Amino acid sequence: MEEKLNTRRKVLIGMTAAVGAAGVPFAAVPFLSAWNPSAKAKAVGAPVKVDISKIQVGQKIQVAWRKQPVFVIRHSPEALENLSKIEEKLDDPRSINVDEPYRDINPTRSTSKEFTVIAGVCTHLGCSPKYYPEMEPQPWDEAWIGGFFCPCHGSMFDIVGRVFKAVPAPTNLKVPPHNFKGNILTIGEDQEII
Amino acid sequence: MSNQSSGIFNWVNDRLPIKNTYERHLSKHPVPKKVNFWYLFGALALVVLIIQIVSGIWLMFGYENTEEGAFASVEYIMRDVDYGWVVRYMHTTGASMFFAVVYLHMFRGLMYGSYHKPRELVWIFGMTIYLVMMAEGFLGYVLPYGQMSYWGAQVIISLFGAIPFIGESLELWVRGDYYISGATISRFFALHVVALPLILIALVFMHLVALHEVGAGNPEGVDIEKYVDEDGVPLDSVPFFPYKILNALVAIGIFGIVFSIIMFFFPEGGGYMLELANFEEANPLSTPDHIAPVWYYSPYYAMLRAIPDKLGGLIVMGAAIAILFVVPWLDRSKAASIRYKGNLSKIAMVIFVLSWLMLAWLGTMPVTALRTTLSQIGTVFYFLFFLLMPIYTSIEKSKPVPDRL
Repeated sequence: MEEKLNTRRKVLIGMTAAVGAAGVPFAAVPFLSAWNPSAKAKAVGAPVKVDISKIQVGQKIQVAWRKQPVFVIRHSPEALENLSKIEEKLDDPRSINVDEPYRDINPTRSTSKEFTVIAGVCTHLGCSPKYYPEMEPQPWDEAWIGGFFCPCHGSMFDIVGRVFKAVPAPTNLKVPPHNFKGNILTIGEDQEII
Repeated sequence: MSNQSSGIFNWVNDRLPIKNTYERHLSKHPVPKKVNFWYLFGALALVVLIIQIVSGIWLMFGYENTEEGAFASVEYIMRDVDYGWVVRYMHTTGASMFFAVVYLHMFRGLMYGSYHKPRELVWIFGMTIYLVMMAEGFLGYVLPYGQMSYWGAQVIISLFGAIPFIGESLELWVRGDYYISGATISRFFALHVVALPLILIALVFMHLVALHEVGAGNPEGVDIEKYVDEDGVPLDSVPFFPYKILNALVAIGIFGIVFSIIMFFFPEGGGYMLELANFEEANPLSTPDHIAPVWYYSPYYAMLRAIPDKLGGLIVMGAAIAILFVVPWLDRSKAASIRYKGNLSKIAMVIFVLSWLMLAWLGTMPVTALRTTLSQIGTVFYFLFFLLMPIYTSIEKSKPVPDRL
């Protein structure tokens, strides 16, 4: 009798504990969700418009979108021709490993034949890479062919943001959604499908 | 009058074990009679903890945890609040001194085998304290929202992004925004001033309770519990009061002088304690040319940079800290103290210290190809010290440990 009661007690304790434990994840939901971006944070992120007619050939300008840097670079035809020749230095020349919105349309990786639009945020740990367009020896690379160098951890990218082999950054710089209408580049808004 | 006050004391003592606790943990607490200066850093760490709590509360009077207000409020504390600069520099100097004394305290532990049976749990609580301190220091560094706060946080939070599958959403969840914004600052503020200090104090309490249960070690690695008098007090021990409290007070005095010299004359520590880039407000569009952590994180930062792979770097950095937790089970030596261990242990210890110092230096320097190679070599030696420990501590011949201290 005593033994039976003990078993009964153990089963009841076990069941109560199980129900209590099942409640823990439910109770955790509000605490964990409160850390998500708030509705206010999500609402900021409107597209930005840039007049690109003033950008010189070879120049890079920086635009803020969602408070993050976006680089817009105007390339010379010669620079674009060189892009296919340096592919053996690159880890992922065709941007297979990233979510590339405009793959294989233009060598610039954008919807334009001369402008590149890339997020200026290193895919390694989020620093903003610096633009060194000249082909000249640099402290980090004797045979520097021009492109972006991240000062934080030494990742290297070419002039359209494709990552070099054997650097800490895992993937190419991201291409944000954008479209060109005449001289106006809109970042944060995708190409309209015609 | 005195009768009345002792009456009050007895009344309270009958209801709260003041006298017992005081005698057991302070006045009569037995400590090994022969220890050296390495055994003072624990007490100093406790002193810095108190300095940090008090100066931290005073900083909160003027600090504003918003994106627009954070940087300006720190300037306000520095310039407009009477003696605000002392309070702030006390807190920043305290952060560096906290790590300095804790690193020396940890080194003492490695040197004299303070983690040996039965002190494994003391070591584990200590390591957890170190881990929480690292988080606490990082969160605090973000609060002024200067350039280095911003970009340091950007790098550290991006580390979460290296975790497969959930990485990117985790990053967003930690920041609470698409960049390090006011949302990030206010949560970091809450963690820095409430959540982590509570955990830290609880852990320090456990560290001390566990230590008092097993008793403090000594540089000889002698087990003083073997020979006890009729009351169970070890023969080679002295009571904490007055023998050890006086040592501690002298140490605290000297420490206070060193602390004050840094606080009043070198609060920036040459850019290693407060980085110069942090005197400029955060600019999410421009990374400073050279990003370096404050000195106490730099060895691990050098390891992160040494690995040319995002996830790999994170794993190595995490493993460098994690491996410290299991040291009590890696050391197979019969002798606890380096004094009685064999030559292999001594050589390993020297290489370990040199590679740690080299990594600490490399972590603060800009990247070059040579420095990356050196960091890789340093990382390998750091890990070999621990990974080979079960081998070299079991094959070497240790000297017999004396019975008495």
